[in-house]
Amino acid sequence: MKHVTYTSIEGDSLGYWALLAIFGAIMGLAGIAFYMMEHHGHYISGMNNQIVWGTPHVFAVFLIVAASGALNVASIASVFGKPMYKPLSRLSALLALTLLAGGLAVLVLDLGRPDRLIVAMTNYNFKSIFAWNIILYNGFFVIVAIYLWTMMERRMNKHSHKAGVSAFIWRLILTTGTGSIFGFLVARQGYDAAIMAPMFIIMSFSYGLAIFMLVLMAAYGWTGRQLGDAVFHRLKNLLGVFVAAVLYFLLAYHLTNLYATEHHGVEAFILMNGGIYTQIFWLGAVVIGGLIPLAIFYSPMGKNRTLVALGAILVVLGGLALMYTIIIGGQAYPLILFPGKEITSSFYDGVINSYTPSIYEIGLGIGGIALALAAVTFAIKIMPFLPASLADSDVDPHHKTA
Amino acid sequence: MSSNVKKHDPNRREFLGKATGAAATVAIAPGVMLYSVAHAHVGESVKIDGKGASSENRWGMLIDANKCASDCNDCVTACHTENGVGTNDRPLTDPQWIRKVDLKDNQTGKTTSLPVMCQHCETPPCVDVCPTGASMKRADGIVLVDKHICIGCRYCMMACPYKARSFIHETITDQKEHAPRGKGTVESCTMCVHRVDAGRTTACAEACSKAGHNAIVFGNLNDPNSEISKQLREYNSAQIRADLGLNTGVRYRGI
Repeated sequence: MKHVTYTSIEGDSLGYWALLAIFGAIMGLAGIAFYMMEHHGHYISGMNNQIVWGTPHVFAVFLIVAASGALNVASIASVFGKPMYKPLSRLSALLALTLLAGGLAVLVLDLGRPDRLIVAMTNYNFKSIFAWNIILYNGFFVIVAIYLWTMMERRMNKHSHKAGVSAFIWRLILTTGTGSIFGFLVARQGYDAAIMAPMFIIMSFSYGLAIFMLVLMAAYGWTGRQLGDAVFHRLKNLLGVFVAAVLYFLLAYHLTNLYATEHHGVEAFILMNGGIYTQIFWLGAVVIGGLIPLAIFYSPMGKNRTLVALGAILVVLGGLALMYTIIIGGQAYPLILFPGKEITSSFYDGVINSYTPSIYEIGLGIGGIALALAAVTFAIKIMPFLPASLADSDVDPHHKTA
Repeated sequence: MSSNVKKHDPNRREFLGKATGAAATVAIAPGVMLYSVAHAHVGESVKIDGKGASSENRWGMLIDANKCASDCNDCVTACHTENGVGTNDRPLTDPQWIRKVDLKDNQTGKTTSLPVMCQHCETPPCVDVCPTGASMKRADGIVLVDKHICIGCRYCMMACPYKARSFIHETITDQKEHAPRGKGTVESCTMCVHRVDAGRTTACAEACSKAGHNAIVFGNLNDPNSEISKQLREYNSAQIRADLGLNTGVRYRGI
C-alpha cells in the first residue's frame, strides 16, 4: 500500500460556506427552541408527566449511540489490523467526537435545569447509570482525542495501536452504559431487558457506519477527491451486516419478551395495536431502516452509489424510528401498578399515554445533528483528517491496474 | 508632556470602592437573606429536637382501601393545599403528589378506591438512578428530592414504579415556605416532612380522619407500640408491586 497523504480541504467555495451557514441557521433555530422551553417551561413541549423523555431524547440517544459506532472504522484498522480502513481512521475518530458532542448538547439543553450542568459534573451518585454515563462520555472525549493525536502526530504513531484498543474497549463500555439506561428500568414493561445493552452496541455499529459513509461520500464528492470502489463496497457490505444484525437483535428482544406472559400487553402494543408506534416500528424501523437498505446493499443496486447513499439515509431514519418506538413507545404503554385490575385516575393511570412532538423538541434535536456536522465540516478545513485520495490504486494492496 | 499624565482621581477610586462594595452586597445579600428566612422559619413554627432524622424511626402509612370512599378526594385536596401544589388547568403537565385511583378487578368486577402517592421505598429506584444524588432517602425512610441539586433529567420518573413523581413544567408562584419547589425540577410526596419533624401527622391522614373515614394511619413502623405497627401485625396488608421487593413505607389493606 502506498503512503497515505492527508490534507485539509480548501473550504473556500461558496458551497462550503453555504453548508456552514445552513448548519449555523439550524443551530440558531435550535437555540431559540431551547430558550423557549427553558423560559416558559417544558409545558410548551410535547412532554408531560407521563411521557417524560420526548423527541430530544430520541435524537440525543441516537447521536450518542451513533458516535460510538462511528469510531468503529478506526477500530477495525488499529484493533483488528485491517490496513484498508487505516486511511479512514482520522475521520472516524473525528466523527465520533462531533456526534457525541451533538448528542450531549441536545441531552443537556433538554434538562429541566441545564444551568446546573456543573452540579451534574460535581455531584455523583455512583449507583446511577446516568452518573456512570457522564463519566463515560467525558472519558470518551479524552481517549478519542488522545487516539486522534497518536494518529495525527508522527512521533506518536507508535502508540496509536494502544490508544485504538483503549478507545475500542471504552466505546463498548459506553454503549453498554447507554443501553443499560433503559435495560435496568425494572418498573417499566417496555424496558427491563438486559439484552438492550448489546442491542444498543449493534445499533451503534449500524448507525455510526451509515453516518460515516454519508459524510465520507459528501466530503469526497464535494471536494472532487477520489473514493474508490474497493473502500466503498467494503463499507457498504459491512453496513449490510450491521443492519441485519440489528434486525436479529430486535427479533431476539421481542421473542424473549413474548415468552413471558406478563409482557404480552406491551408487546402487543408495540407490534400489533399501538397505532402510530406499531406503524413506526414496522414501517420505520423494520422496513425502511432494515429491509429496504438490505435489498439495496446486497443486490445489483449496491453498485449504484446514489442508491447506496439512499440506503444509508434510510438506515439513519430507521434508527431514529427505532429510538422513537423504544423511548416514547416504551413510555406510552402504561405502568402496571395492579396486575389483573382495570385502573382509572386523574393522573392517566392505565391509559395509553399521548404524546405529540412539538416544534421546539424537533428543532432542538435537529440542532444536535447540525452541530455535529458543522463541527466536522469545520474540522476538515483546519486540519488534515481526510486522505488526499481513496482511489483503489492508493488504498487496495491487491489492486491491479488494468 | 505633563498634561498627558493622568492625575490621580480620588473620585474614581471612591467610585470603584463603592461599586465593589455594592457588588459584593448584591452577591451575598440574597444568600444571607435566604439563610435567615430559612432559619427564622424553623425557629418560629417548627419544633425540632436538634437530632435530625433518625434511623430509629421509619415513617410510614397504612391505607385501608375498604374505608376509602370512591367519591371522596379530601386527602388529595389537603395534600395539595398543604404543600402549595396548584394547577394551571393543564392536566397532562400539572403536578400531582397524590391521586385517587379506582380499581376494578377484571375477573370478579370488585371495585376499590384508594390514594396512591410516593410509597417511600426502603430501596427506592428513584434514589438508585438519580445521577446527582438529589433523590435521597432520609434516615427515617422519607424519600425526598433535594431541589438544589436536581438537574431535571427525569430519570427518577422513568424508574419509579408508582408514577409518583411530577416534573414542574412551568413557573411556580405562591409556594409554601415549608415546601420549596421550582420549575425544571422533579417533586413528589414528602410525607409532609415538615409536619413529621414537628411531631405532627400528614395532611392526607388528617383530612381523611376529619372526613370520618379514618382510612389512613400514619406512624412509626419501627415502634412496635405505634398504631400502624399494631394494625400491620394484626391484619393482612399489601404493598403495591410487592414483586419488586422495594419494602415500601406505604402499605395497603383491601387491595
